[in-house]
Amino acid sequence: MAAVTRESPGTADTAPPVPRRAPLMTRLRRIGLPYLLCVPAIVLELLVHVVPMLAGVVMSFYHLTRLYLRNWQNAPFAGLSNYKVSLQLDNAVGQSLLASFARSIAFTVLSVGFAWLLGFGASVVLQGKVRGRGFWRTLFLFPYALPLYASVFTWTFMFQRDNGLINQLLVHDLHLFTPDKAPFWLLGGNSFYALVITEIWQKWPFAFLMLMAGMQNIPGDLFEAASIDGAGVGMQIRKIVMPMLRPVNVVVILVLFLWTFNDFNTPYLLFGFGSVPDQADLLSIHIYSSTFQNQNFGLGSAQSVLLLLFLLVVTAVYLMVTRRRRDAV
Amino acid sequence: MATRGIALVAATSLLGATLVACGGGDGGGGGKSTTLTYWASNQAPTPQLDEKALAPVLKEFKQQTGITVNLQVIGWPDLQNHIDTAVSSGKGPDIVNIGNTWSASYQATGAFLPFDSAAAGKIGGMGKFVPTTQKAIGAPGKTPTSVPLYGLAYGLFYNKKLFKEAKIAGPPKTWTEFVADAKKLTDPAKKVWGVGLEGGSYTEGVHHAFILGEQNGATLFNGTKPDFTSAQEIKGVKQYVDLMSTDKVANPSDAQNADGTKSPANFAQGKAAMLLWQGNAATNIAQAGMKPSEYGVAPYPQTAGGKNVGTFVAGINMSVFKNTKNQAGALKFVKFMTDPKTQATLNTKFGTLPVNTKAAKDPAFNTPQLQMFINELATRAQPLPQIPEEGIFETTVGNAVKKLIADAAQGKPVGDAQIRSALTAAQQKMEAGG
Repeated sequence: MAAVTRESPGTADTAPPVPRRAPLMTRLRRIGLPYLLCVPAIVLELLVHVVPMLAGVVMSFYHLTRLYLRNWQNAPFAGLSNYKVSLQLDNAVGQSLLASFARSIAFTVLSVGFAWLLGFGASVVLQGKVRGRGFWRTLFLFPYALPLYASVFTWTFMFQRDNGLINQLLVHDLHLFTPDKAPFWLLGGNSFYALVITEIWQKWPFAFLMLMAGMQNIPGDLFEAASIDGAGVGMQIRKIVMPMLRPVNVVVILVLFLWTFNDFNTPYLLFGFGSVPDQADLLSIHIYSSTFQNQNFGLGSAQSVLLLLFLLVVTAVYLMVTRRRRDAV
Repeated sequence: MATRGIALVAATSLLGATLVACGGGDGGGGGKSTTLTYWASNQAPTPQLDEKALAPVLKEFKQQTGITVNLQVIGWPDLQNHIDTAVSSGKGPDIVNIGNTWSASYQATGAFLPFDSAAAGKIGGMGKFVPTTQKAIGAPGKTPTSVPLYGLAYGLFYNKKLFKEAKIAGPPKTWTEFVADAKKLTDPAKKVWGVGLEGGSYTEGVHHAFILGEQNGATLFNGTKPDFTSAQEIKGVKQYVDLMSTDKVANPSDAQNADGTKSPANFAQGKAAMLLWQGNAATNIAQAGMKPSEYGVAPYPQTAGGKNVGTFVAGINMSVFKNTKNQAGALKFVKFMTDPKTQATLNTKFGTLPVNTKAAKDPAFNTPQLQMFINELATRAQPLPQIPEEGIFETTVGNAVKKLIADAAQGKPVGDAQIRSALTAAQQKMEAGG
């Protein structure tokens, strides 16, 4: 192009444009315009999500600590050593990473399981003609509408050992424990359950909202026909609701899984700004500590990449399995 | 939906990426020679009170030099991340406050102006600083990149009324006396405990592990090689954890205290009769409603037959970014902030200790309480390890102590074996660099 303009300056600009531009615009309008309109979104997506992600992958191969922050181009190449340290199971670093990985899985399975069950149960109940249906629906969506900070801090206060609401109930009202043996909720083994409870409370309204919307799309005459044929509620749920809700369920469970597995804010806030006990040390918190408390950005990135790979595999397998079953149906 | 989910996951999980992705550039704040940008640490109970305390001082600096200082007070939880971002991007303030234990770590980044003899001369010479505070300005044998600003030291706070009721004549001097007094003062039925602990705070944990380890003669680092599991260090950590486990003089619920305000508040409300804390707890105690006349202060109790150490060299330092466009002005500001007059004004407001030897003689500090802390900092202070990886040392050892305290609170046995295994894990993490 440059060579052409140099040989005949002026002509390249003046002669061809009018006839050439018109078909280009038409062609664009015909096939390209939707793509053109996507360009800003794609560029932003690249900038906001993909570029930092790739930067993180690159970082994971370097010994990037605070020492090299200023000249991060000079950080020594680490090869796979950050990954080796993370996966070495005879060392405290590898052991604690594996433990927090297992903990995150248990946390996710419990939280998503109960959140889904609660959401499903509530939407089934409110599907029928219940008095004050609108009121209950609004009330159930409350946790979803509250700002995360406010709700998690409220739970922190409730879980306090000496003057929290939970122990007030268990120790002083029900006398299940003597005051000197009052249970701890924010440290030790119970801290895990405290975290799961807070998480379920926060996440189940989402399941409720989605499933309720899904159920409203199921035509009412199906239920009528089923009850004429003598199907009970259990049978109706199994044979009508579950198959009809399948596409909604696939998405709800996947989204809940990804959100919960990566949840950082809830544990960080629940235990008072990062003072998370070992028993509630989820992967997200673990990686945060490696990266920012210990200022080892390379190691933290390597652990993030491992997390990313795991989630990619889970998501891919999940989608494959659910899609195949749908095809089979 | 799935791909969006994955992208979302990836972006959130790779928190650190953006930090580095925005590197490059070379602009410092305060491009003109008549302005400086200053990131101050949060010394007063709230950042607003910091601004209020600093405003008249900055006004005076402007009258003297014509330089306007743009002040930004940054909370402790954010300060390191902010500075790290400024270091990696090259865009930041001209002057910054740092915790003095971070000195060696930031010195190693090469982002800060070394106080060589020329620069030191412009701030009035290093000789003006209290000698112990000069032990916490960077790695030994290397040109420091920070200078002391506010000093702090550990001490023992005790409730005079509760001491009188328990018929204890004066504050304990040795660790044995301290534990014995604490037992006399403890009465769970009345909800009064001998000593208040901030058990969920890893920084408090590592500070006591260091002081009591030092008292027992432990050396945590041979050069840069960690040695956390010596018999002396285990003994030191055990003394601290025993307060909750075997001595039973601390409320087990204290294991939940994490934000650095709970146990000073408990002390002020008479729920804990003693408190081992840095001198600036005075501001928190006053805010919780206890008058200075109601409590006394004394040196940190000494382990019998051990090394005479009562505190680490605690405090806040000041650094100048190397890429500042107004180096002369920045050094003028450092000189101004560390001169006797400003030192007297600010340290009395923040409850901290003067780092300038001349300022220490100012009548403003002539109270028995402040003289006690000034004396502790001058005579019984040892610096925390001055190594670039000091931050990892604090998190690994501090979290180990936090975990031991949590176990003790739940009635689990915490003996030498458990302490050794917790410290061994801490050491492995330290060796792996996080």
